[in-house]
Amino acid sequence: MNETLRQLRQRALAVIEQAGDLAALEQARIDLLGKKSELSGVMKQMGKLDAQQRRELGAMANELRSELETLLEDKKKAVAAAVLEQRLREERIDVTAPGRAPETGGQHPLHLVLDEIKEIFVGMGYEIVDGPEVEYDLYNFEMLNIPRDHPARDTQDTFYVTDNILLRTQTSPMQVRTMLKGKLPIRVIVPGRVYRSDAVDATHSPVFHQIEGLVVDKGVTLGDLKATLEVFAKRMYGDDAVVRFRPSHFPFTEPSAEMDIMCFHCHGEGCSLCKGEGWIEILGCGMVHPKVLAGCGIDPEVYSGWALGMGLERVVMRKYRIDDLRLFYENDLRFLTQFN
Amino acid sequence: MLLSQKWLQEFVELDVTPREFANTMAMTGFCIGGYEREGDEIKDVVVGRLLKVERHPTVEKYFVCQVDVGGGRVLQQVTAATNLVEGGLCPVCLPGGHVKGGAPIGEAEFGGVKSSGMLCSLPELGLSQNDFPYGIENGIFFIEEPCRPGDDIRPVLGLDDTVYDVEITANRPDGHSVIGVAREVSAAFGKPFKGHKPQVKGGGGPVEELVGVRVESPDLCPRYTARAVKNVKIGPSPKWLRERIRAGGMRPINNVVDITNYVMMEYGQPMHAFDIRELIGKGGKAQIVVRQAGDDKTFVTLDHQERQLSPEMLMICNAHEPVGLAGIMGGLQSGIKDDTTTVVFESANFYGPALRRSGRKLGLRTDALARYEKGIDAQMTIDAVNRCCELCELLGCAQTLDGIIDVDNTHYTQRVIKLEPDKINRLCGTDISRERMVEILKSLQFEVQGDDVYVPAFRADVEGMADLAEEVVRMYGLDKVPSELHKGGTPQGKYSPEQKFERSTVQALVGFGFFESMTYTFISPRYYDKIRMPKDSPLRNSIVISNPLGEDTSIMRTTTLPSMLETLSTNYSYRNGRARMYEFGKIFLPSNDPEQLPEERVILTLGTYGAGDFYELKGVVEALLRTLHVAPARFTARRDDPTFHPGRCADIVIDGDAVGVVGEVHPQVQENYGIDERVYLATLDTQKLFAHRLPDATYSPLPRFPALTRDVALVCSEELEVAGIEDVFRETFGELLESLTLFDVYRGKSLGDNVKSVAYALVLRDREATLTDARAAELLDQALDTLKNKYGVTLRS
Repeated sequence: MNETLRQLRQRALAVIEQAGDLAALEQARIDLLGKKSELSGVMKQMGKLDAQQRRELGAMANELRSELETLLEDKKKAVAAAVLEQRLREERIDVTAPGRAPETGGQHPLHLVLDEIKEIFVGMGYEIVDGPEVEYDLYNFEMLNIPRDHPARDTQDTFYVTDNILLRTQTSPMQVRTMLKGKLPIRVIVPGRVYRSDAVDATHSPVFHQIEGLVVDKGVTLGDLKATLEVFAKRMYGDDAVVRFRPSHFPFTEPSAEMDIMCFHCHGEGCSLCKGEGWIEILGCGMVHPKVLAGCGIDPEVYSGWALGMGLERVVMRKYRIDDLRLFYENDLRFLTQFN
Repeated sequence: MLLSQKWLQEFVELDVTPREFANTMAMTGFCIGGYEREGDEIKDVVVGRLLKVERHPTVEKYFVCQVDVGGGRVLQQVTAATNLVEGGLCPVCLPGGHVKGGAPIGEAEFGGVKSSGMLCSLPELGLSQNDFPYGIENGIFFIEEPCRPGDDIRPVLGLDDTVYDVEITANRPDGHSVIGVAREVSAAFGKPFKGHKPQVKGGGGPVEELVGVRVESPDLCPRYTARAVKNVKIGPSPKWLRERIRAGGMRPINNVVDITNYVMMEYGQPMHAFDIRELIGKGGKAQIVVRQAGDDKTFVTLDHQERQLSPEMLMICNAHEPVGLAGIMGGLQSGIKDDTTTVVFESANFYGPALRRSGRKLGLRTDALARYEKGIDAQMTIDAVNRCCELCELLGCAQTLDGIIDVDNTHYTQRVIKLEPDKINRLCGTDISRERMVEILKSLQFEVQGDDVYVPAFRADVEGMADLAEEVVRMYGLDKVPSELHKGGTPQGKYSPEQKFERSTVQALVGFGFFESMTYTFISPRYYDKIRMPKDSPLRNSIVISNPLGEDTSIMRTTTLPSMLETLSTNYSYRNGRARMYEFGKIFLPSNDPEQLPEERVILTLGTYGAGDFYELKGVVEALLRTLHVAPARFTARRDDPTFHPGRCADIVIDGDAVGVVGEVHPQVQENYGIDERVYLATLDTQKLFAHRLPDATYSPLPRFPALTRDVALVCSEELEVAGIEDVFRETFGELLESLTLFDVYRGKSLGDNVKSVAYALVLRDREATLTDARAAELLDQALDTLKNKYGVTLRS
């Protein structure tokens, strides 16, 4: 019997050795260890033996069974590993070939930058309001201390609809509209389109965008204006931005100023970007004129305020180094796809 | 305003570099747009003396000159000029130097004769005969100024001045004068202002006997001041005067004209010089009448143009007829002639706005008009006219008559403002002492007595406390104002729900692959034809701009479609293979009352070509509504919008409210825009979409019972819209219908003509119990019955 098992073992080892894939291994397992296998046959016949022999032979048969099981399992693992390895090898792809991206679009560069500006002011506690583009002369000029015969009206080159209705030349009429609502304090910015009858060329457009800012409260000072705009400049142009305030004139603010930023290209030395001046004009601002406050029903003895006005196109042109204003309104995709 | 540094020095002594000057002026409110040293373009040009002039040995038109250029150096030069005088002094450009706008001059040979350097003409130095009347322009310039060979030519010819371009803000008309800027410079640099009161000798007899002045329109001419000179000798001005005129950007003409221009630049007061013969006209005593044109219909101006007058225009007349457009331009006969002997100087103040209107109507703009428009101080007419006479006497070219004619209706009283240092400091957030404020105001020629600030007449812009604050703070230094954020309550900055909605819309569209376009809101009325808008469409009623740049931008659009089509057309013409665009753009719907503002609505417009079909764009609209959490829309066929393909256009309807339209563009419109591909457009009214937002989502428990799926293939008429079929399924299954998907539409010979097969996948689920096959089958049969009865739809076998 011993001999039988020994021979059985020899044959089994050869079968396992020869099994090259998972299916052959499974077949080998059935053939060698299954109910109909030789080994099972040997086990079944053990009843005919005496106890001593049965114990010895039983132990040997079980040992053999366990050995074969282990061998089969190990071989199976090895084969599986080889199969996996082969699959991974075969499935190698060229990762440098192009991906299949979902198509994405993009915002207009003017709005990309406008969103940035809005974000800064909302962060500083401002609300954003919108106003009509076809506007009363009263709000666009008269109540902003620009009466009918004021020379500023010439330079603004206004498009008129009727004698009293025009296309707003600035976002400033929203100062009047906001103040007339009578809800104080005020802390708003007003982005929007404005119109001036300039013929189209690389630096002029009859339509462009402004951003107006207005603050009215008790105790608002020129120092507050400066501090706010300095924060704005740092958020917009980086913490190392240097600004200066230069006295200027707007009919609806007094005192008035313009804010320049030190040229980020030459740091004040003068270069082609800043036209040799070392500074770049960013915005106009000033304390709301007492006449304007009073005209809107706000007592200038109690309240004060400041306002700012900034042209969006120029900011965007500088940011992206765009040299022709016309590109903004032509909507050529070869242009629009460059900013996203 | 061009400012000569030399001229400025007469009023303020200043020793700073142009850069320092520009910086300090900018920081006090007078920007320097640029500056130019006149002689900067001229290098190594000196005075030379022509020692000897000989004919060129071989070339007939050339001369060979020996020129002493100082320091014992003699240069030989060959020239074609013919006005050569031995012993004369002329400008010589040395080898290596250059003249205005020219390349460096070197050494050369002409016909075998060596020539080094160049003899110069006036134009080569940027000058003309007006600057040096004794010279000629088409030959060598012979210098009559005191100078010696070797002298730098720039100081000799007055090319050593620096001219600043000073930018003057609209509130400072006084800044358009040398004196006005000098006052500012004096305050800005803390240097004394050296004022000058003109002194006139007179002695020519009473002016009243020579000329009378009558002002018939005192509103339009608040002040008219005149003085006269006689025994006038017209001739060129002296060199210093010509240099000033040139530095101011004008051309020297003759002594009397130059004097009027000089005074205009110095004081900012436009001056006019009349030949007495003009004022006599057809006879009698010389007379100046200031009146409106009235019945005079035309007038020929100095430039030989016949001008159409309006009755309200202000004219300067003699006793018989107009001789000039007041403050704008003289008449054809006006002006100083070589034989003029008696001159009346006008120093008048006209009402700027009226002159501005006249100038616009006439299409005329002159230097004088520009000054009157900006508004000038009526209190300087006497000083200005005296200055003219003083200069005539100084030049020795005339004798002044005694007395001044001054018709003054200005009723001027000096403005007085209370000095309130606390208020100024409160407005500015500063702590400037009262003493410093007074010091600043005085430096700007305000008088301060106690708490009263007396505003000088030339500062009409200063009206109240805020104006004084500006004067104080600009001279104190804006940079010294402490930056301090307002200490109010903590403000709540936020985006409104509408603004957030718009941002979400943008994010969604960008995610869907759309690019944003921005177009003009004004369009041409012809664009309505281009999109086939019916002639009687109410949308043709647009806001019309009364003074447009051109027809293309003459009305405010009532639809965004032409703008989007224009954008697509542009891209198509640039051969961009496909386009998906969106725009948030306003439309303007006029009110019935022309004195009311139009309604402005923001329309979201989508436009594509080369990027899918109708269903692609419809799908974008559906996905957008889902992303924005807006109630789902129904799409109902629209056959009568002429912009669109009649069979491929739908109204977008939410809860019975038409919020927009989506469709394929009509082939004719597509052709009108030159696009050779199918174009798809959609519009959505953003205010309406916002109104149809669904309430915030609430969670529903995940299903615990299994779903059943059923695929159904139906056969129906080609005409039947599947929305009808879907409605039947929804109504029949109600809550049990979890989803309904159209997965196939088939047409084929086996089905027959004008028939299509539509296949749906239904997912059915009962949220409360397991849905049985029997129940599902029962409902499906019911739905099929309804479909058969209602639309003749049958199950495909």
